[in-house]
Parts: sequence; C-alpha cells; structure tokens
Amino acid sequence: MDPFAPLPVLLPLIGAALVALLEKFHQRHRRLDLATVAITLAVIACDLELLLRCSSATLVYWFGDWHPVGGFALGIAFAIDPAGAALALLAAVLTLCGLMFSWHYFKAIGTFYHSLMLLFLASMGGFCLTGDLFNMFVFFELMGVAAYALTGYRIEDTGPLEGGLNFSVMNSIGAFMVLLGIGILYSRTGGLNLAWVGARVAERPVDAAVACAFMLLAIGFLVKAAVVPFHFWLPDAHAVAPTPASVLFSGIMVELGLYAVARIYWTIFSGSIPGGTAQTLLLAAGLTTALVGGIMAFLQRHLKRLLAYSTVSHSGLMLSAIALFDPVSLGGCLIYLAGHGLIKGGLFISSGIILYHFHSVDEETLRGAGTRLKLVGAVFCLQALALAGLPPFGTFAGKAMIEARAAELGLHFIAPIFLVASSLTGAAVLRSGLTVFYGIGTPNCLSAPAPAKGDHESRETSGKEHRTPLMMLLPLLLLVLLALAVGLLPSLPEKSLQAAARVCDQRGYQALVLDGKFALLVPAPLPKRADLIKGVLPAGLAVVLAAAALFGLPLPDVLLRRLKSLLRPVLWTLRRIHSGYIGDYVTWFVIGAAVMVLVAATSRLL
Amino acid sequence: MSLLPILVTVWLFLVGLYGIATSRNTIHLVSCLFVTQASTYVFLLSIGFRTGGTAPILGKLPPGAPLVDPVVQSLALTDIVVGATVSALILVFALQAHKKHGTSDPRSAPPMRG
Repeated sequence: MDPFAPLPVLLPLIGAALVALLEKFHQRHRRLDLATVAITLAVIACDLELLLRCSSATLVYWFGDWHPVGGFALGIAFAIDPAGAALALLAAVLTLCGLMFSWHYFKAIGTFYHSLMLLFLASMGGFCLTGDLFNMFVFFELMGVAAYALTGYRIEDTGPLEGGLNFSVMNSIGAFMVLLGIGILYSRTGGLNLAWVGARVAERPVDAAVACAFMLLAIGFLVKAAVVPFHFWLPDAHAVAPTPASVLFSGIMVELGLYAVARIYWTIFSGSIPGGTAQTLLLAAGLTTALVGGIMAFLQRHLKRLLAYSTVSHSGLMLSAIALFDPVSLGGCLIYLAGHGLIKGGLFISSGIILYHFHSVDEETLRGAGTRLKLVGAVFCLQALALAGLPPFGTFAGKAMIEARAAELGLHFIAPIFLVASSLTGAAVLRSGLTVFYGIGTPNCLSAPAPAKGDHESRETSGKEHRTPLMMLLPLLLLVLLALAVGLLPSLPEKSLQAAARVCDQRGYQALVLDGKFALLVPAPLPKRADLIKGVLPAGLAVVLAAAALFGLPLPDVLLRRLKSLLRPVLWTLRRIHSGYIGDYVTWFVIGAAVMVLVAATSRLL
Repeated sequence: MSLLPILVTVWLFLVGLYGIATSRNTIHLVSCLFVTQASTYVFLLSIGFRTGGTAPILGKLPPGAPLVDPVVQSLALTDIVVGATVSALILVFALQAHKKHGTSDPRSAPPMRG
C-alpha cells in the first residue's frame, strides 16, 4: 500500500473545496492563484514520485484496505502503471501552465474558476490511475462536469452557451453508452474491477453481448476523443472556452478518451477480441478522423477553431496507432500523445496571448497585427512545424515509431495518410502564424467563408497592453522546452515501450491486481531510429501548403478555375455537415454508433 | 434476466435520442436527455433483479434468502447523482440561452458553423 497513490486525486479535490472558501476573502485574486498553483505543484510532485515508484512494479492501492479475497476484488483499486502515471503527470503540468497563464488573463476573475480547474485536475488524475470500471465512469463524468462548466464559464455570452450545450449533451450521451457497456459487463462477470472483469471475459468465447459491451464502451470514450462522426462538439467547445481550459481540453482531456479505449481493450477484451473487425473499425474511424480534421483545420480562420480541428485530426492519428493493437505502436502513441499535448497546449497559450493583445483571434482581421510580438511569433511558427512532426520534437519521435511499426505489420497505407493529416494541420497553423505575426501573403479563398469570430472575444481580457506579461510567456516557453525534451531524451523510447508493454500485458495485470504476484516483462526490442528525413518531409510539405495558401498556386488561370470548381462542392458539403446544431450532431452520432454496434454484433468481432 | 427490460432500455435510449435530434426547444431537449439517461437506470436495475428477492438489508434476513443485487442499485444511485449535476448545469445553459435570445429554439440563432 503506497500512501502516495490516492494523493493526485485527494489533494486537488480537498483543495477545490478549500479554495472555494477563499472566495469569501478580500483581495482573493492573488491568494486564489497562489493556493491553486501550490496545490498543482504538489500534485506534480506526487505524480512524479508515483511514476518513479511504479517503474519497477505496478502499484495497487485498495481503498479502505479492502483487499481481494480468493481472487475476487471486493474493493475499489487504483492500479498505477507508468502509462497512467505519465498521463496524470501530463495533466498536472498542463494545468499548471493554464493556471500560470490565467494569472493576468481575466479582467475580473470569476467565481469558482480555481475550484473548477482543481476539480478537473482531480478527475483527470483519478481517471488515469484507477483500476476499476465504475470508478472510471465516475471520474469520466466528473471530468465532464468540470469541463462543461469551464466551457460555459463566461455564461453571459452566446458562444460559450452554445459550445457548452453541444459539449455537455454529446458527452452525456457518450457517458450513457459507457454506463450501458459497464452494465453488460457487470451482468456477465459480477464484478467491476478491470482485472477481474478481464479474467472472467477471457474464460468464454466472445458472444454478441461482450462484443456490444466493447463497442458501447469504445463509442462512449470516442465521443470524448472527438473521433468522426462523434467529433462535432469539439470545435464548438474549444473555440469558446477560456484559453486555460482549451489548453487542458486539447492537450489531455481528448487524449484521455483514447487512453480509456486502450485501457479497456487491453485489460478486458484483448484475450477474447484479437483484432479483426474491431481493428478495421477503429482504424477506419481513426484515419478518417485524421483526414477530416486536417482538412477542416485548413479551412478555418478563427484561430482557436483551427487549433480545435487540428486536435480532431491528431486524435484520429493517435486512435489509428492504438487500433494497431500492438505494444510498439502504443509506445509510439504514448510519446506522440505527450509531444502533441505539450505543443497544442503551447499553441492555445499563444492564441490566448494574441487574444490578450488584440481582442480577436481572426486570422484575416489580424493580418500583420502581431509583428511586434517577435518572440511569440517565432515560437508560434516553430510550434506549427513541430505539430507537423519536425524533428527533434516529441511528435516526430512518436510518429516515426508508429509508422515504422505499421510498415512492419504490412499496413503501408498508414504512413501516407499520417503525412497528409499532419502536414495539413501544420500548414494551417503555419499559415495563420505567418499571416498574423508577419503579415505575409493575401487572403486565401479556402478559409475566407469560415466563421470569423464569436461575440465574446472583446470582453475576455483587460485593456490593451504593449508587453506580454512574463507569466504568459513562461508557460509557453516551458511547454515548448518540454516538447523538445520529450523528443530528445534518449531513454524515453525505451521507457515508453516498457510502459506500453505493461499496458498490453493482460495476464500480468490480472496476476498483480488480483493475486499480488508480479512478473517482470520483457518489452519489445527498440525499433531502429527513424531517419530525420522522414520528419523533415511532413514539415516541408506543411511549409509548401502554407505558402500555396498564402501566395496562391503558380498555375495558369484555366487550371485554377478547374481546381476551384472541383473543390467547391466537396468543401461546401464538409462545411454544411458541421452545421453547429445539436440535433444534427445527435443524428450523426446515432448513425455512427448504429453502424459500429451492428457490425460488431453481427461479426462478433472475430 | 428477461428480454422485456432490455427492450425497454433500447426503446428509452432511442426515443430520447430521437427527441434530442428533432427538438425545437432547449428545455425539451434537456428533458429528452433525461429520458435517454432513464434507460441506464432501467438497465442497471434489471441486471440486479432476482425473482422473489427482497431489498438487500441483511440484518433481519435469514442467511441464503434471495436478494436483489445491491451493487447495481448503488451504481444507479451514483448515476442519478451525476445526472442531477449534469442536468442542473445544462438547464442553466438552456435558461441563459433563452434570456439571451428570447427564444428557446436551438435552431433560431445561427451558430458558428463550418
């Protein structure tokens, strides 16, 4: 029993309640900031300690000392392995950056902002560390509630209202799916502990009920992960949420949906569902998401909406990596997740700085406005390239591992799709960066008809400032440096492979949680280092695409007109599908879910 | 476990989603979300049902008496608590939207699209 195990949840949970009391005091602003930052730092320390302690053996913490009796899990357990602990750490680091950023951000800090951030942190920590199915659901919902409230934080405005409404309705429906899946599994196995449920499910061949349970759980979590066709809520919510919340949403919350899919697959279903249809379904969804997200990102001019769509694209990329159902690609996915989360957090903070200075995040309105923000501009463009996978950032290292493994498995179509998706998102961000900070090029016809602004942007921040406050720059630089470190640390690929191997080791997990036996695991051999050329390719393509958007294609007029008339109906349809109405989103959800469940139930995932 | 509760679950789930998809009033939309959620209550309770079982209060019962499953009841209870929180929050969004636009039709105000 490790006394540190519950702290990443307990500290912020108690802290949230105490911080809510502080709201009564005079001059509460700074005290609240300091108290919240202190608690977050303590959580980071705990997560680090847990990460170190669990590197040799997975930590199992039974709440109230209710240990398993005769192999049956009576109590609720935290089962902490390196993957979970690392994700909890990432969540805490991003929370810290968000909190530092909000130091100067709000004109008048509203009520309970700090409590909500701490609640959010607590629920994310619990979600990463738990080893219990229902516990996972509760943290999932708590995470949702904190996120809905943060999205609609500036409730007097229209944008946050609609974003919050779409977000909460879609994610609630996803949560109901998860609960139904948990119900099926409980009725089959009589328990809720992941290890116990996994052991019981593996005893019998798969039938329609278990296949349905997997699909229900997966769909529920994929709503959170914003996978096509469940992704519609994400741009609406991310575009309107306060910047610190957007950092957390894109950087870690969306990815936690993917983490949950991986976790439940390997702890419960991997013995009985060996891939096949499930793999095809998830891979198709992931690759479609990567492409749709990339194209939609390229079509945006609202900076935060653009970044939100790029999150959709990268989430699809990571789902494809998980859907290979392979420890090596999962290891690559873990590195990619960290690299992407840090970069995306940094990009949202940059867009927050733009909003702070210019009261708008519309690319065209701000053309050339940011020329005096030299440092932010340079970092922004660097991050755009890092998003496309420029070495030596973490995104490059992770993606190279995934692509190499996919090629080994004979899935050669994955690498080109990854290339297109990541260079599209990188190009979109780079284009907006060059437009805003350097005033290069002319308005392009692709993103011109996109929504330009919500009505909230002018009121978010205090008066016009000439210098960017240090407390805004600090988290930005911290995030970029961390993203570099993720790519440069020589021991990290090996560590992440070990972590992934531990996630994928179903029998080892069961033996450890239910019987307390630990067996050392030999991780897969390290794949050979990828050529740097492979990383330069998507970044180079991103530059080319961005240049094409800024300066136009060097083609004769006849060909250009042809191209436009070819593209117009496709883009028009894509835009129309993202209609902004919750009713349409639910219809898409029903279609997607019905297809997935029907395929799963009829083929029994064999 | 009989087929009827499963059919009721599926029906409630789908009819709730249909309501959300076609709703022209935000309050109605939120109510439809609760209907969808009700399907999870029905399903959870039907899992724990034992024919002839009594409430799982062990004090006065002879050992071995049939009981309904207390675990799913506590799951349903947790679900209800979570549902109450979420619904309160969404209703605030809905009310605020009504104040802002003077209408509760989610299709009346042009949102950010595309």
